[in-house]
Amino acid sequence: MLKGKGIKVIVSMIGLDGHTTGGEIVARVLRDAGFEVIYLGATQTPEMILQAAIQEDVDVIGISSHASNYLQIEYLVELLRKNGMADVPVICGGNIPKHVANQLKGRGVAEVFPPGSPSSDIVGYIVENARGARRRSA
Amino acid sequence: MDVNGEDGAVVGALGSGDIRTCARIISRVERGDPGIVSLLRALYRAGGCSRVVGVTGPPGAGKSSLVSQLIRVWRKRGLNVAVLAVDPSSPFSGGAVLGDRLRMAEHSCDDRVFIRSMASRGQLGGLTKAAGDALTVLDAMPWDMVVVETVGVGQNETDIIRHAEVVVLVQTPMGGDDIQAAKAGINEIGDIYVVNKGDHPEANRTCRQLRDMITLGQHLNPDSSWTPPVIKTQSLLGEGVEELADQIECRFENLRTNPEVASRRARERVRHRTAEIIRDMLDRRLRSEDGQLVETVIDSVVARESDPYALAESLLATMTSRV
Ligand SMILES: Nc1nc2c(ncn2[C@@H]2O[C@H](COP(=O)(O)OP(=O)(O)O)[C@@H](O)[C@H]2O)c(=O)[nH]1
Ligand SMILES: [Mg+2]
Repeated sequence: MLKGKGIKVIVSMIGLDGHTTGGEIVARVLRDAGFEVIYLGATQTPEMILQAAIQEDVDVIGISSHASNYLQIEYLVELLRKNGMADVPVICGGNIPKHVANQLKGRGVAEVFPPGSPSSDIVGYIVENARGARRRSA
Repeated sequence: MDVNGEDGAVVGALGSGDIRTCARIISRVERGDPGIVSLLRALYRAGGCSRVVGVTGPPGAGKSSLVSQLIRVWRKRGLNVAVLAVDPSSPFSGGAVLGDRLRMAEHSCDDRVFIRSMASRGQLGGLTKAAGDALTVLDAMPWDMVVVETVGVGQNETDIIRHAEVVVLVQTPMGGDDIQAAKAGINEIGDIYVVNKGDHPEANRTCRQLRDMITLGQHLNPDSSWTPPVIKTQSLLGEGVEELADQIECRFENLRTNPEVASRRARERVRHRTAEIIRDMLDRRLRSEDGQLVETVIDSVVARESDPYALAESLLATMTSRV
């Protein structure tokens, strides 16, 4: 049985970030690991991602970031918290500088995967930390 | 039917349009949670007020873009809309990339619109059963329109569309050979035909061919009160979509004024739905982990000491005797 079975993941860009290639690759990698990926694409606002997370009842949110839109990521985390969705972890990938990664984690982003992270790391992390995974093992 | 307190509260929450409850219940449906049956029974009895429209057609035909434009028209007309968008799971990993929501992004923050993606999961029976259950949930909520989008290839997908009251079949402009292929299978299920990507040079010709095909087949149609219209659309610009919404409305109105046809179709949907539920029950039994007994009998069929006919009969017998 594949690792991601039954785990739902949003993969999205945020704000005015038109770099979709990274997100598309991650979406496919996750699909091949058995996850169900809801792919939102580019130009998503934090509000749109929040609504998608609620309606799709996802277990984790992955943001692919190739522009300096870190404040929007922080705002998304805040929105989730305000809307009772704090148990859905937000993870990020892309070209996020190390000091920004630390700052994001300080503001409630669950994990930041630096460029070149092996996909097995990402898959493993989601399997262990996704809301659904925790719900099932509880 | 007695509805327990917990189920009653959920029926009430859904009836008042609670989106979070809806999202959570559909997740339980997706997981195949057996504990949800009593709730689904209550919801089915409480529901049935939405208009359920199926949108189907080949991958990439523009179904999701078209649904997004339809939502726009319906919202302008003051209607609330829910969408269940089913995409196939990968047969290799069981995972899926669900991309329908991407095309409907403009409605993300409209609280009168609910969009839910669903992977087909490729289990025997499981997929269409889950989609049918999800539609039961949505149909027990105050949505005026409920849309189910599926890819019109493969048995599972065709089965899902049979839950809809009115079916829109989306085609793209195509060459003669494709038209022949279309003629062979899909002819029976469409109430309305759409030729999307109307900007394509072949679009008018495809519309004409479809109209000819429908006229030719009309004498075989058990429903003589309705000749399926063919509408040319351009779903990126929204062209033709008002007309499509009008035709959908017309078809519902036509069914209302033809109660015999409507009731024949409704009875057919119940038969289909019931068969799906039975198949799911049998399938669970055939694969159940607690069914040590089933495994032994299956082994004896493998060894040809028994046979699948005997197994089928005994399975049905144990299922009906077990209350
Ligand atoms: N040229 C043209 N392209 C379209 C039209 N409608 C949709 N598309 C494109 O067709 C592709 C598939 O659209 P989508 O709605 O996802 O199709 P689905 O797979 O049937 O749901 C997208 O790239 C759309 O932009 C149209 O009317 N004209
Ligand atoms: Mg689609």
